[in-house]
Amino acid sequence: MTLEDLFQIAPYSLNKAEKDAALKDILNDLTRRHYAACPEYARILDALKFDTAQNHDCADLPFLPVRLFKQFELRSVPKEEITKTLTSSGTSGQAVSKIFLNADNVRSQTKTLNEIISSFIGKQRLPLLLLDTEMIKKDRSMYSARGAGIIGFSIFGRNSTYALDAEMNIDVDKVAAFFDEHKNEPILMFGYTYMIWQFVVRALEEKNISFNAQNAVLFHIGGWKKLKDQAVDALEFNRRVQGRLGNVKVYNYYGMAEQLGSVFVECEHGHMHCSNYSDVIIRRSKDFSEAEIGEKGLMELLSVLPVSYPGHVLLTEDEGEILGVDDCPCGRKGKYFKIHGRIKSAELRGCSDTFERR
Amino acid sequence: MIPLNGVEYVIGTADVVNTPIRVYDDTACAFIAELSAEILKSPLARAYPDLSALAFWGRKANLQKLKEAFGDTAGRLGRGLCFHIAPSNIPVNFAFTYLFGLLAGNANIVRLPSKTFPQIDALCALMKKTLSGYPEIEKRTAFVRYPRSDEITAEFCKHADARMIWGGDKTIAAVKACPASPRCVDIAFADRYSLAIIDGKAVLNADEAQVKRLAENFYNDTWLMDQNACSSPQMILWQNDSKAAREKFWNAALAVAREKYALQDAVAVDKYTLFCTEVVSNDNAESFTRNGNLLYREEVKALTPDIINHRGKGGYFFEHALTDLSELCAVITEKFQTITYFGIDAVKLREELIAANVRGIDRIVPAGKAMDIDVIWDGHDLVRELSRIVSVA
Repeated sequence: MTLEDLFQIAPYSLNKAEKDAALKDILNDLTRRHYAACPEYARILDALKFDTAQNHDCADLPFLPVRLFKQFELRSVPKEEITKTLTSSGTSGQAVSKIFLNADNVRSQTKTLNEIISSFIGKQRLPLLLLDTEMIKKDRSMYSARGAGIIGFSIFGRNSTYALDAEMNIDVDKVAAFFDEHKNEPILMFGYTYMIWQFVVRALEEKNISFNAQNAVLFHIGGWKKLKDQAVDALEFNRRVQGRLGNVKVYNYYGMAEQLGSVFVECEHGHMHCSNYSDVIIRRSKDFSEAEIGEKGLMELLSVLPVSYPGHVLLTEDEGEILGVDDCPCGRKGKYFKIHGRIKSAELRGCSDTFERR
Repeated sequence: MIPLNGVEYVIGTADVVNTPIRVYDDTACAFIAELSAEILKSPLARAYPDLSALAFWGRKANLQKLKEAFGDTAGRLGRGLCFHIAPSNIPVNFAFTYLFGLLAGNANIVRLPSKTFPQIDALCALMKKTLSGYPEIEKRTAFVRYPRSDEITAEFCKHADARMIWGGDKTIAAVKACPASPRCVDIAFADRYSLAIIDGKAVLNADEAQVKRLAENFYNDTWLMDQNACSSPQMILWQNDSKAAREKFWNAALAVAREKYALQDAVAVDKYTLFCTEVVSNDNAESFTRNGNLLYREEVKALTPDIINHRGKGGYFFEHALTDLSELCAVITEKFQTITYFGIDAVKLREELIAANVRGIDRIVPAGKAMDIDVIWDGHDLVRELSRIVSVA
């Protein structure tokens, strides 16, 4: 199978055997492609004594640690071919990842995201309320992952309206007008988990203002760390969103700047799903062997999309577990899983630093 | 002294007496011996090997031995008040730095690491209890904790007659920038680099029990502290190198690590990331050997001044066959601290290093002793440097 073949079928349609076969073809091709075109990637595969001449099972393909994209500029196409350089801040104050995209890569990211999202909301373009500020788009000096996410999502909607002003205050009148204008049709909303919580839900609660959407869908992304600190889980988040915005179907999804497009969406049963375009392998830290279903471990993410940079097989610093394969009650095929958040940072044992460092 | 806002006195008060006592003072020694006995009696010694090492060092017989080795103590006493910035990641070193200051006859204020460790809390509780029986020591002791603050550090420095500064270059510069008593003596423990020299023939000649002991000693020098300690070897240099010797050694080391080492998720990722980084960017790398996630070895082509910038973690080692000691001498800088060795003549090695006018290397110790901190550390004779002489003519 090829990527073009995948685009011809529904995004959650392949069962385990079919998907293993499809991903094996595509990911081995990508591995060979990056091996030939990205010298840094080739050096790592050589050091791992990996033989690219053979076709390997997906679980045996070498993975790059995500942090490598912060340390090196990894590219598998000539510089002139790069149309977009995506940067992601990662954790605050640290080096940024740089992801180099050519036109093909951008196109397939958009197409994939489209296939996945429209499988949830249908093909029609709905009125879109973006729970963020337009400033994020205007600052083009940096093509940040947050801005890229907003722009990427905008293609699913029409009449895109930004709910927050430049100072991140919710524009109540504008939002009211939007709901009023579209009160008889389904609407779409998009934003970043923590921004929604802080600048929409909490702000509306403080102002004691509620809206009453009749038929809305919200997609949100961005991680739960800050919300966990405030003891807010997904159920509580959904409840409070609905309390302020009305009848909203809430979908959380997970993805990395390093693998934009092939995102993982949480279904109605609270399970994160791999689509045909991606897969998750859980690894034990003691030897990176593959963990069993239900066993927690490091998350390795596979994506069929990266062609202009060697990001098709990545070892993340997140912990997760596979819940099952092909048998989620929602009917979607493929692996479904749970994310437990970032791994604990290493406990220090040594003597080389003191109080000035934190 | 004025009590400072934001300072927590874990032990003692702001009114620390700053008058000195004798070097190896009898009361001070009795206090340390009792503290050690208390640690050994408590369940802590079993729970924390580092606490039991401290207790072993502080037992009566060892203090007596150290005192005898020191020689004439009659005309020596402390400098006055010693201010310590304790290291934050070898938990018990706050106690060692304090006890060295005390043996030298000083009153001591110790800044505890802001990061909390269970060992530190447990040890402080025991110390507080033991101190109550030694009022002369108690009134000369304060353990403080405060969030990072140059103002508070400066206030403590004002009254210091000696400073023990553990930390990176930046920390040391920041503390030294604070004015202290004009006669203040500073001892700074900066980031250092350490290595091991192993004789391949000696490994081949060693019997099974000897190799096992070597492997356990090496484990204690390295994996035990994730190689974070300054004295932990980063580079293994092979004298009389052979493939068979390396195999014998690393198999034994791996067996110990397999049995004892708890690999944290973050360390596993860090090691793999370091491996990839080295593969991509270190042109001095000759080859890489990976045994699961426990052990990574990177053979370097040559010893270069740059080697100190390549540091392993949690079982990631650099290796090189040493054909001539001059190859090592050529790259030694003041950053080099400890050589741990197996199968070589330490006194002869020291002679050769000194004859080569090296600016670094302060310790040459057998494998297994990398972490053994004592009154002579990092090139300093601490009790002498932290005390003064009253000469009579």
